[in-house]
Amino acid sequence: MTTQAKGLTATPPRASRFRFALVDVWVLTKRELLHWIGNPWGIIIGLLFPVLMVLMFGFLFGGAMSVPGGGSYFDFLMPGMFAMTMFFGVESTVLAITTDASKGVTDRFRSLPIHASSVVLGRCMVDMLNSVLALAVLMVTGLLLGWRWNGAWEHALLAVGLLLLLRFALLWVGIFIGLSARNAQAVSALQILVWPIGFLSNVFVDTSTMPAWLGAIASFNPLSSTATATRELFMNPGAQGDTWISQSAMLLAVAWPIVLLAIFFPLAVRRYRRLNR
Amino acid sequence: MSASDFAIRAYRVKKNYGKSTDGPGLNGLTMEVPRGTIHGLLGPNGAGKTTAVKIFSTLLRLDEGEASVAGYDVTAEGHRVRERIGLVGQYAAVDEQLTGWQNLEMFGRLYRLPLKQARLRAEQLLGQFGLTEAGSQQVAKYSGGMRRRLDLAASLIVSPEVLFVDEPTTGLDPLARQEVWQAIQSLKEAGTTVLLTTQYLEEADQLADRISILKDGRIIQEGTPDSLKSSFGGDRLDITLLTQEDASSAAAILRELGDGGFSVDEANNRISVPVSDRTGSLLRAASAFAASGLEPLDMVLRRPTLDEVFIHYTTRSDYRDTKEATQA
Repeated sequence: MTTQAKGLTATPPRASRFRFALVDVWVLTKRELLHWIGNPWGIIIGLLFPVLMVLMFGFLFGGAMSVPGGGSYFDFLMPGMFAMTMFFGVESTVLAITTDASKGVTDRFRSLPIHASSVVLGRCMVDMLNSVLALAVLMVTGLLLGWRWNGAWEHALLAVGLLLLLRFALLWVGIFIGLSARNAQAVSALQILVWPIGFLSNVFVDTSTMPAWLGAIASFNPLSSTATATRELFMNPGAQGDTWISQSAMLLAVAWPIVLLAIFFPLAVRRYRRLNR
Repeated sequence: MSASDFAIRAYRVKKNYGKSTDGPGLNGLTMEVPRGTIHGLLGPNGAGKTTAVKIFSTLLRLDEGEASVAGYDVTAEGHRVRERIGLVGQYAAVDEQLTGWQNLEMFGRLYRLPLKQARLRAEQLLGQFGLTEAGSQQVAKYSGGMRRRLDLAASLIVSPEVLFVDEPTTGLDPLARQEVWQAIQSLKEAGTTVLLTTQYLEEADQLADRISILKDGRIIQEGTPDSLKSSFGGDRLDITLLTQEDASSAAAILRELGDGGFSVDEANNRISVPVSDRTGSLLRAASAFAASGLEPLDMVLRRPTLDEVFIHYTTRSDYRDTKEATQA
């Protein structure tokens, strides 16, 4: 009994607080994983949806598409779809966050003696894991259907890194929006908005085929930079461009997520602390 | 009593939401709840009950004034407060997608229990609240009563110093209601302070040591259930008649006797007369009825119910300041 008490006081408070924070994040991540087990169809449908889109765009529309600079549309499409999948992840983040907030689960967590960031970090961990899974499923699908990357392994890994970086940045956008959304209507409005924003990019078609003004907007979509950089790293067609924005895709694929993070990370954390205020 | 004898203290707490749709504000809430007591916080919808509890539980920040819970300031020492409180009811929910068992284990871990202890505690609590069998079921499939018991269990993982409970027995059958009331009573005996908000005055009457009535963001009356009933003005004589005709002739007789200010419940043919001399009034009314051949079904002398007290105070516009009206 006494030794136990001694052991407790011997731990520096800061270190034990850090350890508790890790446990909290793990417990809250586990909670989300248990949701997957409790409702496996939700996650399976979520993983299969991008596959369905690849099939739709690859086979239904693919024949009518021409890739600037030549090459197969399928090879053009796959890196775009990787980026698109990262973008669609925002929806699930927003949905999970608003569900918790509206059901009162968030308030329960906020009334516990845990650090404010643990709850959002748990969300973050599980969404990243989900995205890694989605990306893996999509890459395997691509490989089965004939997509190949021609670059080096380390470039391919870098491409995956850039994709996950985009997802990570968008996650905080999603958390912020989810905490700000007051009701289910706001969420469904957002779910509709995701589509035009996703399509207003070079994911499915090259921006040079669009009207000039629209193409300019589309190429400034962070999604476009990540898609272009991914194409470049996988050495898939569609990476070359003659504008500054497409030539700096590599730089922008890092810069955009950092800008998004710089804005939305602090906003999301503040929102969480000041919820209902 | 010294400051540390109070589990909850609020001094002129003000809270103003920008938009009224966000919730009712508080307008100088002052109250004190001694440790180890059950305190009822009553008020009509929109009085600010939930707002007050959210401020006490650090979910919401106050604009002005001071509030402390378990001896810690809710603004400056929120973390210390959160270590010592539990929330039950509409303020906070369990995770519907998890099983009861998974919920309790999770909350146990978040209350800093080691894994083994968290599991042990989860099992204990499931047993204590009759949920052992349902423990492996998803909460979404629970009945209302099961959910409420799980809710209560989740907030008792580490016994809190102060427990905030909202309408704990809504939708429960009488037996389950008794069980929840007993659970709350035994918490009090173990030293927990309970702040109970409810629409059911019977619940407050049964459980609360003291009651505060909240209206428009401030306390308008405070006292023990008994003192509130007395302050409302004495006893009532309830006379129930067989028919509506009988009821109106009884009313006429009472008017002649000078027992004014009575109210008539036409649906039940019941007349309720405020009386000052209990037996005198009863005898007068009874003999007058006998003389005119009226035979009431029922004549009962009773104390005012908390419902009547509540309706009286919350519908009155000229309420006085809390302190003057208080007598314990």
